[in-house]
Amino acid sequence: MPELRRVLAAALPGLPVPGVALAAPGSVADPAAGWDRLWEEMLIDITVIGLVFAAVAAWFMWRYRRRGRAEGDPPRLSTAAAVGWAVIPAFAFMADDFYLAAKGWELWKVYRTVPEGALEVRLDSAMWSWNYTYPNGAVTVNELRVPAGRPVLLRMTSRDVVHSHFIPDFRVKEDSMPGRITYLWFYPKEPGEHVVTCAEYCGLLHSRMAGKVIVMAPDAFEAWYRAAGQKAAAAAAASGEEA
Amino acid sequence: MGATLKSWLFTTDHKRVGILYLIGSLAAFAIAGIMAMLMRIELTNIGPDITDNPQDYNVWLYFHGAAMILGFQIPALTGFLANYCVPLMIGARDVAFPRLNALSVWLFWAGIVLALATFVIPDPPDVMWTGYPPYATMTWGNTAFYSFTVLLLGFSSILGGVNFLTTVAYMRAPGMGWNQLNVFVWSIVVAFVIQLIFVPVLGTAVTMLLFDKYLGTTFFQPANGGDVLIYQNLFWFYSHPAVYVILLPFLGITYEIVATFARNRVFNYKMVVYGGFGGVLLLAGEVWVHHLYTAGLPDWLRVGQMVTTLLISVPVGLLMIGLVGTLYRGAIEYRTPMLYALGVLFFFLIGGLTGIPNAMASLDLHLQDTYFIPGHFHYVMAVAGTFAIFGAVYYLFPKMTGRMYREGTGKLGFWLTFVGMNLVFMPMMVAGIEGMPRRYYDYAQFPQVEGMQQLMTFGAFVILAGALVTLWNWLHGALRGEPAPANPWGSRSLEWTAAPSPPPPGNFPVPPRLEPGWSPYAYGERA
Repeated sequence: MPELRRVLAAALPGLPVPGVALAAPGSVADPAAGWDRLWEEMLIDITVIGLVFAAVAAWFMWRYRRRGRAEGDPPRLSTAAAVGWAVIPAFAFMADDFYLAAKGWELWKVYRTVPEGALEVRLDSAMWSWNYTYPNGAVTVNELRVPAGRPVLLRMTSRDVVHSHFIPDFRVKEDSMPGRITYLWFYPKEPGEHVVTCAEYCGLLHSRMAGKVIVMAPDAFEAWYRAAGQKAAAAAAASGEEA
Repeated sequence: MGATLKSWLFTTDHKRVGILYLIGSLAAFAIAGIMAMLMRIELTNIGPDITDNPQDYNVWLYFHGAAMILGFQIPALTGFLANYCVPLMIGARDVAFPRLNALSVWLFWAGIVLALATFVIPDPPDVMWTGYPPYATMTWGNTAFYSFTVLLLGFSSILGGVNFLTTVAYMRAPGMGWNQLNVFVWSIVVAFVIQLIFVPVLGTAVTMLLFDKYLGTTFFQPANGGDVLIYQNLFWFYSHPAVYVILLPFLGITYEIVATFARNRVFNYKMVVYGGFGGVLLLAGEVWVHHLYTAGLPDWLRVGQMVTTLLISVPVGLLMIGLVGTLYRGAIEYRTPMLYALGVLFFFLIGGLTGIPNAMASLDLHLQDTYFIPGHFHYVMAVAGTFAIFGAVYYLFPKMTGRMYREGTGKLGFWLTFVGMNLVFMPMMVAGIEGMPRRYYDYAQFPQVEGMQQLMTFGAFVILAGALVTLWNWLHGALRGEPAPANPWGSRSLEWTAAPSPPPPGNFPVPPRLEPGWSPYAYGERA
């Protein structure tokens, strides 16, 4: 119940609240970690509901199998009981729905609020490649190189049909489409490689429209970024001369 | 023989029209099922297995989805079952407009033939059953066949809707009040109200698609001032309610089967009808954005429809309580139709609960368009619906043919399909959580799901075995089965108590007369 503790901590300043690490200034909530936590809670929620229904159904199926009596002996519900059987479960389900909706909304805000200082990269998707353009003009295809420890913002559009930039390890996707600009952000923390793949059907090579997020140590990224930027500038200058 | 064929083709008898729907929808099911088998075989290993052309796979997938939904489930439930059961259940001689009924089954058959053209035309449609532009307008695939199939089937369904709403409103047996209708009749009423409201929207969407691709309009072309998301909104504004057009009748017939074999009253009938069906009807048109959680719509819309989507659990929960409650203090007999009905309960429970994570916009950012989604909707709609249809065919088998199927063979077919379905769709959801996206011809970037894919392919063969056993049982029963008594299940509903098996044209030798307080579920009462 970290929320409850946080509320208590806010309401009663000075009360020692164990187990709450206050967010350090400048630290960033990680949507992927939030997803994993909420998913776990969700699994518990639906498993409990499922088991209750299944257990009751299984018990009835065994207990009321046909033996002796050839007809059921259904209870006559009074009007009050009939209304109660509709209204009480309805409110119980609604309570769970609103609880889950609040949880979902909380995480949604994390997903859709881009932290300050994020590295902003432009993505143009096309059949069948991911084309990234960095602020300094560096360009990559199917390889999104990013530094560890800094949030990354993708601003996306598409050159042809609808695609969806999906990074399973970061638990995030958003469609990219012609004529609209969409965004997603994620928070790479450790150096490593992660699959990028297309999640919206886009024709013949939909399943081959894959790339990588390459998370690099900040120094290594800085070196690559500078070199890639210079290369892009040189290429632009060269094409300028030709023209 | 010629005369017999003619009497079937030009029939206006609702029972024959229903059986024509059944034959057509089972044909669609069989072919779409073969497509599923081809896909499953292709996906067994990473890399090409039976075709090295992803286009083949895309066409199979298109046909599987479009034919299963538009050619099998909707026509089997609102065509076959509605036609066969509704007039018998309400004590009517036929539907209100028998010739219109014949026209709607012809349109349905035309739609099926048009869909089958997929396999003979040079550039078959490859747009998936959703047909999203701009892909659908850019592809070499013949999107027109998709649009016209949808339009024909949709028109057929609208005619059915007009017909059945009129039939139920005006042709009930004297003395039969609205609260005495079979739950299945109610489910058909609500399903057709949904069809009549929403089908025109789908018709509009696919027509605009047709205009964009062939007539040079630019509704969905951003370069000329159009917008790609208009189509997605219109499409799902119909196609989410379409899920309920499938869901309500399949739950309705499941209620009939459960009540009959438990020889029990439907638990809290008014809660089921007004709370369950009514609640679904109220919410049906306010939840479509959950198909577009990753499409960049405004936050208020996505979060707002997250709330409405979660609220669907209220009427659906009431429907589950009604179904489980109908077992309470029953006298349950486990015949083949009942096994299928309880299978529906099981699949629908899992499918319904795995819908909740998808309803959560934030969790959906990972789950959207992964294998989790087809896993979920197969449980909740495809498999649960198919089990209800299979159960209904078994349930109505003595009524339709006057003969009995073989009980042991029926149960064998049930258990094979039941196990096979779980072998396919449980791993499918797990692979989705791993990140495996749907509609993939190949999955080299997800080597960790190869084992699950192989398990799914194995499961698909188990389903195939079960389906073949079932098919054999039906054919054998229809041709050689033992003669069936008029009411082999001991049901109290009019189709069993007042009509012989099979019922003659006009249905009831003596028009049914209802005692005051009559109910189709009057079990456990000393008459």
